[in-house]
This record gives sequence, structure tokens and C-alpha cells, in this order.
Amino acid sequence: MAKNDLQGALDLLILKTLSQLGSMHGYGIVAHIGRVSDELLNVEEGSLYPALHRMEQSGWVRSEWATTESSRKAKFYTLTAAGKKQLAAREKNWDQVVKGVAAILRYA
Amino acid sequence: MGLLRRIGALGRRSKLSHEIDAELREHLQMRIDENIANGMGPTEAAREARLRFGNLTVMRERVDAEDTAAGLDSFLRDARYAVRGFARSRAFTAMAVLTLALGIGANTAVFQLVDAVRLRSLPIQNPRELAELRIAGGNPGFGISNGRYSSFTIPMWQEVRRHHDPFSGIFAWREADVLVGKVTEAKHVNALEVSGDFFNVLGVAPWQGRLIEPQDESSCELSKVVVSYPYWKSQMDGAPITAKTTIQAEGRSLQVLGVTPPSFTGIIVGDRFDLAYPTCTPPNLRPEMFLYTVMGRLKPGWTIDRASAYFDALSPGLFKDTAPPGYSSEAIRQYTSFRLAAYPAGAGVSALRDQYDTSLQLLLAITGLVLLIACANLANLMLARTSARQREMAIRMALGASRRRIATQLIIESGLLALSGAALGVALGQPLSRLLVASLNTSQSSIQLSIVIDWRVLLFAAAVAGLTCIVFGTLPAMRATSVDPISSLKSGERGTTGSRERFTMQRLMVVSQIAISMVLLVAALLFVRSYRNLITFDPGMRESGILMGFFGYPAGKIKPEDQAAYKRQLVEDVRSIPGIQNAAATTSTPLNGNSWTHAVRVDSIEGDSKFNYASPTYFATMGIPLVSGRSFTAADTTGAPFVLIVNQTFVRKYLGSKSPIGQLVHVKPEPQYPERTYEIVGTIADTKYNDLRGTIPPIAFVPIDQYPVTAQGPGMAMMIAANDLPTAITAIRHKMEGEHPEMVMQFVDFQQNIQDNLVGDRMMAMLSGFFGLLAAILVVVGLYGVLAYLIAQRRNEIGIRIALGAHRWQVIALVMRDTALMLLAGTAVGLPLTLLAGRSAGSMLFGLQSYDPVTIGFAVALLVVIAVLASWLPARSAANLDPVAALRSE
Repeated sequence: MAKNDLQGALDLLILKTLSQLGSMHGYGIVAHIGRVSDELLNVEEGSLYPALHRMEQSGWVRSEWATTESSRKAKFYTLTAAGKKQLAAREKNWDQVVKGVAAILRYA
Repeated sequence: MGLLRRIGALGRRSKLSHEIDAELREHLQMRIDENIANGMGPTEAAREARLRFGNLTVMRERVDAEDTAAGLDSFLRDARYAVRGFARSRAFTAMAVLTLALGIGANTAVFQLVDAVRLRSLPIQNPRELAELRIAGGNPGFGISNGRYSSFTIPMWQEVRRHHDPFSGIFAWREADVLVGKVTEAKHVNALEVSGDFFNVLGVAPWQGRLIEPQDESSCELSKVVVSYPYWKSQMDGAPITAKTTIQAEGRSLQVLGVTPPSFTGIIVGDRFDLAYPTCTPPNLRPEMFLYTVMGRLKPGWTIDRASAYFDALSPGLFKDTAPPGYSSEAIRQYTSFRLAAYPAGAGVSALRDQYDTSLQLLLAITGLVLLIACANLANLMLARTSARQREMAIRMALGASRRRIATQLIIESGLLALSGAALGVALGQPLSRLLVASLNTSQSSIQLSIVIDWRVLLFAAAVAGLTCIVFGTLPAMRATSVDPISSLKSGERGTTGSRERFTMQRLMVVSQIAISMVLLVAALLFVRSYRNLITFDPGMRESGILMGFFGYPAGKIKPEDQAAYKRQLVEDVRSIPGIQNAAATTSTPLNGNSWTHAVRVDSIEGDSKFNYASPTYFATMGIPLVSGRSFTAADTTGAPFVLIVNQTFVRKYLGSKSPIGQLVHVKPEPQYPERTYEIVGTIADTKYNDLRGTIPPIAFVPIDQYPVTAQGPGMAMMIAANDLPTAITAIRHKMEGEHPEMVMQFVDFQQNIQDNLVGDRMMAMLSGFFGLLAAILVVVGLYGVLAYLIAQRRNEIGIRIALGAHRWQVIALVMRDTALMLLAGTAVGLPLTLLAGRSAGSMLFGLQSYDPVTIGFAVALLVVIAVLASWLPARSAANLDPVAALRSE
């Protein structure tokens, strides 16, 4: 059984976003998640940045300062090899959680 | 940014935090840009973005919290902030660090002694493998024991030397005293007589030359020695050892084989080791003489328990084969029932350890309690400090600092204090510890202990510092963070006026201080009074103006049958010297630790008695009064009937109400001491025997002329009475050098010797007195501080009382009532603690009990004086309060 999966949803979203976009800054991650989910998911900055820093500490992402299209300086995050492995594991876990939750909901 | 880079950036706080700030700011800016792009006005766009983003500081703190390196960084920042705070309140900091340093220093000093005496291993290879063999349960008094550590006779040693399966190597040793130098100016040095494998088994390699080896045991002629490194350096100028290197000792020239390395300080902890010489098997060995300590190195795979089992199984045969002849059958039965057992010996042996173990533990407890009082004072100081900083805390909390953050800050502050206190304390502990050792030195012997800071000492100091930090730091931290910022900010600089709870906390501290200091004061008074009892105690004989003289002459000079006459002549020679009041020979110098016992039978009562063979002048010399009968005369010689003078304890034990004069006492045979029947011709008053503390045993005196010829040896002890001892010594030496040039002499001041035996008691009295005083001072300071603080808090109330017509004495009574309550509570808690603590000191006290009511009463009285002293100033200042000023200042 997977652990911490519901709480881990944010990590999963961030990791997946980075794997889709390649390299992105915090604002871009929030915007991407909002756009792709049709504004169904709203990631709060208050959770995003601590999560990003935690992942950087764990070596799942690395960061560098670069210039955005609108020529602002921003910190861009990229997945590392460890981050990719982590993403794969999380995705698998998430599938199990979804199945598990669905099973509970279907139970009459 | 990688973790390493972050840690590298430590201390460059600004860079790291700027990065986080910049990141967050850019995020906000992008949101504003988007809002504007979506058609909002610039002000509206910024407002919406900030609302959405929330509190920037809180967010940054949260990002920080994820960041280990930033955590370390914030720790450094807190530390720096704390140091800045300390720099602002220097008096507080100095006071706190000094109190802690004293407390931790005292603890470290005592612990270092404990470490040196009992915990540290011998400086040898794998000390854990070293085991000592002893008779399980000890030898209850069979045979003759020669020295503090003697547990093996020569035949016993020879047996285990042949059978020692658990040991890879085995050796025997004993302490010995060697006279070095020319006969007339010979000096005593501490020697070890060691078997051939001693150094080999211990794993001590020579520093120069070679050490003692098994082939050196072949001769009983003292001819070869090994010297210690300090002896070699100081007495032989560190000259290289060659085949021709010799020293003069015991009237002959000895070859020096080699030097032990500097690290080897001997096997007796606390004693100096100067030289070692090989043992031998003497042709006329005395099988009842217990001489040696036997130790071995356990083979791999053998434990102490397994080794014990092996030697236990070996014991019946061993003791049967080595039983000395000439004893009664019941004595031999006792001997053959002995069993050998193995004990860990990695820390060496030490009489010091046995003697001062309880003292050191008690001292450690006492210093611990002093530290606890100091901590209570510090906690009160910290409480006062935190309440003065209430506003600062409230503002920080209002700005979004978490409780944890503020508590961390405060604990870092106390941690810094504890750390600096500990560092200073360890430094302070060094001279203190040496001072302690010096206080145990006597005129005759000095204690050699290497006082070093090893990991145990450091660990101990760290543990003590950590504990103190918890004790005095946590309470204020908890208190400070449980404050409601709003009410605290509202109530102004004074802090929270309504927190009754904090006053209770401070009162509680004072109460516990009083309770602990009561324990310390009682301990101090008990030890001081006990020491006073000891030094003023009358042992029943003359103490001042008495010399113990020890005379030795070459063994072959006087034939055994002429020894008695020769010794009688020596006594007469000494008595004839002008200035000498009297002199008497004795075989057992009193109050000097010697013990001489014979088994006796009086009528049908079996038992034993202490024996002393003494000149007729002994009782006059020592000022011991004759109670009944007669003293010895010159006519009581070997040819005359055997006579005895006994003390009153002997009479009570063996004769009851019978008239003692004329009664017969049978003495059982022992090797060299044939069976005899004595007639009691006189009785003397009771005197102490070999130490001041012991109960008085039955003692019997025999005329020295009736000392068995078989037991005569080339030496004697003499008690000499004279008013001026140094002059007497010079006169005796002068006379002896003229008439007996080969005589070796040693003189000891009898009274000094008795006092030397009390150094442990003196140390306890001095130190417990000192710490008691310290505790009292700390209580005065603590009580004063709390009362002054309470009165400052109640200024208004007292001002109103005075304005409404309260008398000065009523105000004083108000304060004093507070003191009295705390005192009452303190002594109520302290009394059972004192009684409990006293039980552990009971065995060390002389002439009084640990629950001595006078002492406890006196301690309470002292506490009352202390409390009144401490509260008088605050009370008076309260009484002299100007009500107008007090009320206006609100």
C-alpha cells in the first residue's frame, strides 16, 4: 500500500508539470496546473515554494536563474534523474490511490 | 542551489535570504503583470496579487523551515542575536557565566578525581584483560598480612603459577620500601617487588635497557633494579643506561637494568613508583606470611566468571597443599575453606580508592546540589530577564514569529550561557582538582595522581552543562512563549502584571533553594563537627610530644638470643639522652593502623585479643594509667613467669566481675609464637588501638623481654616522649651514629601521624563547609532578588497601603511574612531530604549521628538568619516607600 499519497498529490503535480515543461519557474508551474486542469486545481503559493525547496533539498529538482519571455529574472526548476524516478514511483502510487478511493466510493 | 553550496553560504545569510526574497518577489511581480494584462488597473492589480499571495514574511519563514542549511543559518543568527543581547547586559552575563563556571568547575574537579581514582584504566596494553586473584570474601585474619594489597603467600603463588589455564600470563608483586643512598642519609623510595613476568604480562616495553625478566628471580640477593622514568630523570639525570649503571641502596651497589616508559606510572593508583626489583624464593620462607598480589591476563575467550570458576575448582587442593604448619586445627580448617576468585583489575589497585570512595561520591553529590541551587538562581534571573523582555517577545509574536521560534531563541541563549560556563568550568576544574589532591597529601606521603582532561571529564562537563541548561533555560522559555501578545503590549513596560503564576514559580525556586541548602548546611555542620570530634578526641594516651622511632640494623649483627638484651640497651641509650623524658620499646605502634592478634582462651571463654610486647616504661611514656595490680619490671624476663597487663575491655570480655589479678590467659600457638600461659598482674585504662574511629578491642601487653626468641628480628619500634621533638631527633641520631654506626633510623611525630590519618575527614569538613557557605550565599542572593522583584511589582499596592495609614512595621511584616512562608516551606521539604541524605554520610561521621537534632536545629537557625538578612533590605526599602512618588509613577 502506498503511503502519504493524498498529501503527496502536490509533489506529484509539480514533478509532472516539470517533466512536461522541461524547465519552469514557480509562477509558471502554478499557471500551468491551473490552465491544464481548467482552473479546477489551484496551487497556493504558500504550499508551492516550501515544496519546491524541499524537493531541491532532496535532489529531485535543480534550479538556476534565467530570464523569462517577458524578460524578468526568475528561478527555473528542472527535474533531475532522481526526480524522474520519484515521479514514476509517485504516478504508480497515485493510480493505486485512485483505484482504492474509487473502490471505497463505489461500495454501497 | 545544492546543499553543499548552501552550507558553504552559511554566515552569508543575506545571499541565501535574498535569493528566496527575490524568487518570491518575482512571483508576485509576474502575477501583477498578468493581472494588468487581464485589464486591471496597476493599484488594483498589485492589491489582488498581494491578497492572493498572503503574508510574505510568513511564507519566507516557511520556505526557510524547509531548508536545512537555512535552519543552521537561523541558528547562527539566533546565536549572534543572543551574544548581542548579552553584550548589552554585561552584569547579568558575567554573573550567570561565573555562577555556572563555579558550579560546573567544582563538579568537574571532583569528577576528575573520581575519574583518576576509579574510572581510568592503567596505562597498559588491553587493561580490560587484566584480572586479580583474591580469596573470595577476603581473608578474615588468618596468618600475617604484610601490606595493604597482600592476598597470597609464597606457596600459594607458586601453586597458581603452575596452574593458571585462564591466563595467558600471570605475575605477582608487592609494595616494598627501599632505602636508597648511603646508610646515614638514606631515603625511602616506593619500590615494587615483582615476579619475572610482571612487565611482560602488563605489556610494558623498556624505555632504556631491559626490564625484569624471569631469569632475574634466581637470586635472593637484592642486586638488580629497574627504575621509573621520573626517578631516572630526577635522580639519575637521565644518563644512558649501560651495563655499569648502578645505584646505592640498602647498603650495597645495585645494577640498574633499565627504565620503564613515562606512560607507566605503576600499578597502585595514587602511589608513586620509583623502582622495581625481582622477587625470589627465600630459603627460609614463611608460609603463613601473606605478601603478594597476583594478577594475570585473561586468554581470549575467557571471562572473569569462567576464570573464577576455574580457580574455585582449583582452590581445595591448593589450600590443602599450602597450609602453613604450626596452627591449631580450627585455624587450618578456616584456611583450607578459602576459595580463590578472579576480579577485574584493569584500573589497578588503590587504597586511595577504598579509602575515599564514599567521600568522593558524597562530594560529587554535594557539588551537584550546589550547582542545582546556582541553577535555580539563574532560572530566576532568566525569568526576570524574560519578563523585562516581554514587549520584545510580544512584538515578535505579533509580527508572526512562532512560539517555537521564540522558545528556540531563548534556549539558544541559555545554551550559550551553559556552554561558556562549562568551558570556563573545565578550565577552573583543573587547579581545583589539584588543590583537592594536595589537600589529601600528608607530611609523610604525597598522592600521585595524573589529573588530565580525558573524554570522560569532557563528557561529564557537557552532560552537566546540558542539564543545567535544561533546568534554568526551559522554564523561562515556556513562560515567555505562553504570553498573550495583546495583553502584554497593552500593559506597557512592566510586563504582565496579572501573572500570579510566575511569582509562584519564582517562589517555588526559592523554596527549593532553601530546601537544598538545608541539606548542604546540615552536611557541612555534620562533617565539621565530626572532624572537630576527631581532633579533640582523647584516645586515652599522650599524643603531643611523642615520637615514633624505627630502628633497623644489619640482620646478622646480633644473634637471636641476644636481641632482647640489645634492644633493652638501645632503649636505655635513648632514655639516657638529656631532654628525652622517657622511652619504651613496642612491637605495635598505637593509632598507626597496625594490628597484632593472638587467639586466646580464658577459663572456658575462647576468643582473641590484640597483643603488644612493650618495655616496662611503656605505660609511663604514653601516659596510660594503671588501674589495678602492678606494671612490668626489669625482672619480668624470659626466665621469669609469663605475665600480662590487660585493658578494661579485656577484663569485661573475658573475666566479667572476677578480680583480674592472678587470672590465667592461654595463648594459642602460631608459627614462631609457641603456646603460652600468662598470668595477669595488672590492668590499665582503655585506650584506642590502631585508629581513632574503631571500637576499643581487648588489648593485652606482654613484657618485651618475654618476646619469643624465634620471632626476634633486626629492628624495633620505640615510643619516645620529649618536649622538643626536632631537638630530640637530632640528639638521638647523634648518639646512635656514635655508638651504633650501622643503625638506620626513621622518626615520625605521633600526633602529626594521627592527624595525617584524618586528612580525609579534614577534606570533607573543609569542602562541605565551603560548599555549605556557598549555598548560603546563593540563597541570600536568590531570596533577595525575588523579594526585590516582588516588591517592585507591588509598589502601587504598598504605596496605597502607606497612603491609607499603614505603619512601616506593617509593611515590613508584609514582606517578612512572605519570607517566613517560603522559609517554612523550604525547611519542611528540606528536613526529610536532609534525613534521607544523612543516611549515606552516617558511616563517615565520628561522635555524632547523621540525624543529630542539635546540628539540624543549628542549620535551621542559620537559614532563619540568612532569610532575615536577605529580606531586610527589600523590606526596609518597601517600608520607606514614598507613597506619593509610588502612586504618581503609574
